[in-house]
Amino acid sequence: MTTVINSLRQQIAICEASLRELRQQLADAEHIQRQQEKASRPKNPLVTDPTDPFDHDMNFGIPDDFRSEIFAVLEQEVKSPVQDDSAHYIRWPLERYEYKRYGRQLIMPEIGIQGQLRLRNARVLIVGVGGLGCPAAAYLVGAGVGTIGLVDGDVVEESNLHRQILHSTARVGMTKVESAIVALNSLNPNVNLVPYTSRITPETATSTFKDYDLVLDCTDNPASRYLISDTCVLLGKTLVSASALRIDGQLMVLNNPPLPPGDTNGGPCYRCVFPKPPPPESVVSCGDGGILGPVVGVMGVLQALEAIKTLTQKPLAFEPPSLLIFSAYSNPMFRSIRLRSRKVKCTACSMHATITPEALDSGSLDYVQFCGSVSPIDALTPQERISVESYAKLRSGVNPFTGTVSNKDNHILVDVREKTPFELCSIDGSINVPFSVVEATPSSSNNDMDVDEEDWIAQLRRSEKPIFVVCRQGNDSQITVKKMKQLGLDAGGKRYIGDIRGGLESWRKSIDNDFPEY
Amino acid sequence: MSNDETIPITIEFSGGLEILFSNQKKYSLALPAKDESGEPANVAFLVRHLCDKVMKDPRKELFVLDDTVRPGILVLINEADWELEGEDKYEVQKGDHIMFVSTLHGG
Ligand SMILES: [Zn+2]
Repeated sequence: MTTVINSLRQQIAICEASLRELRQQLADAEHIQRQQEKASRPKNPLVTDPTDPFDHDMNFGIPDDFRSEIFAVLEQEVKSPVQDDSAHYIRWPLERYEYKRYGRQLIMPEIGIQGQLRLRNARVLIVGVGGLGCPAAAYLVGAGVGTIGLVDGDVVEESNLHRQILHSTARVGMTKVESAIVALNSLNPNVNLVPYTSRITPETATSTFKDYDLVLDCTDNPASRYLISDTCVLLGKTLVSASALRIDGQLMVLNNPPLPPGDTNGGPCYRCVFPKPPPPESVVSCGDGGILGPVVGVMGVLQALEAIKTLTQKPLAFEPPSLLIFSAYSNPMFRSIRLRSRKVKCTACSMHATITPEALDSGSLDYVQFCGSVSPIDALTPQERISVESYAKLRSGVNPFTGTVSNKDNHILVDVREKTPFELCSIDGSINVPFSVVEATPSSSNNDMDVDEEDWIAQLRRSEKPIFVVCRQGNDSQITVKKMKQLGLDAGGKRYIGDIRGGLESWRKSIDNDFPEY
Repeated sequence: MSNDETIPITIEFSGGLEILFSNQKKYSLALPAKDESGEPANVAFLVRHLCDKVMKDPRKELFVLDDTVRPGILVLINEADWELEGEDKYEVQKGDHIMFVSTLHGG
């Protein structure tokens, strides 16, 4: 079955690629046709229709100075090569389709013809084509930004689809960049899309960023956020940065205006606001913490909005730096915070900057090391851990070590996932003690404060049965075993406490294929 | 000597920090007006107070590091970055709204 699925996916990918090719060809052909139509228009287009009272001939009844002023403006916009005898011919700065397609934003003073031309000439780089990048790209492509680069090294997964709106069920397994290009091409074939199907690295950052006017940080980890900010500072690009987790989002426009390092009038960079990275154990991913689709969607849409504002703004009209905080379940949902200006000792954007183009390009800056990482947990001895296979035998009543048959509920199974995922699915008979509760419990139970022991500890202390601890992947369970022993639940070593290696993921893979994967 | 004098303020946690504070986002706090050495209460004292008196979670390192809020937490005094107000030396005023925001990284 897997091979069938894979071959179908492959075929779909091939068909989509040729479809993309055809669309591009069509767009090119239409473009040429438009050019030809324009060139073959009658030499004297100023013949007016006498039956139309609103048809106005610019040759008559308009003061000369006014007329030349209008013509001068129009000439400025269109640096057309055919200027000779068609001086009367009023050429429009935008293509016919552009008036139609962008009409609803064109008639607004915030955009207008100048704004639309700025958008068309703009080049925007979107780093990360996930929950933020998808909506951001959709709106920027829709608005007619001329060139958009898309950077992402991942492939589409089913668990992305509730929020990453450019991808589709059929394109699971395709690279996110290719999948996004399929969707964006069908949205607006007039935008030039540039794919980058590898993750951004210090070695590739400068060469990737240099041809763009504006960068959107739509990534999901601190290391890439520092890398993107540093590159933007060194290359003088404004950066629209957003992030989201669970029900919260944050948005900042950084390095705006994008003045050279050392110029205190430039906008602050990511390092000005966050000079040091957060401890890795405090960094929670969407996979672990969860994310509500519209929450990250709102933030991505706001990034597109800030990009459009920045690209179309009148020169030197810079907003003071701010941080927008979005909290979906608070009232009000939005709050804007005044941010600091450039930090005098910032390592990236100040006079004392140590992050130089040479250091960046050479790859000597290790962003992953700078931000650190949580090392894989290996807290227990082999005797304190049990495989899912052995645990399954134990549940069937057979002691995996002695082979003797015993009572089925001869033990307690503690599931330390949070309450909500526990309610989604759990192993029969397990009890729930959320890991957050475990962690919030002080390690020594007999401290000087004479407080009542927490319920979960008291409950476990009432029994003498062995305890097995399970979690999603087998990390939190190890920490819980340690904690339980510190709390003395093992009765000085007389009672067995251990964790199930590999957690519920291993349980699903090896024992119970029906157990939901989420 | 009026040692029990307090300053009423509002504290708010955001970006997941509330998990460390019993999942409560907003606190109305009566902060002692003077710190341990009798100086007017500043934000540094407030952080110590929160850590010692309000925070029940034992993972103090997820809130403070080297006697100040850990990297990755923004302190906002009345809707402005504390860097604009003198950082931890800012003397807490009656009715202040002080917010601790953890940066998010998901996307
Ligand atoms: Zn800086």
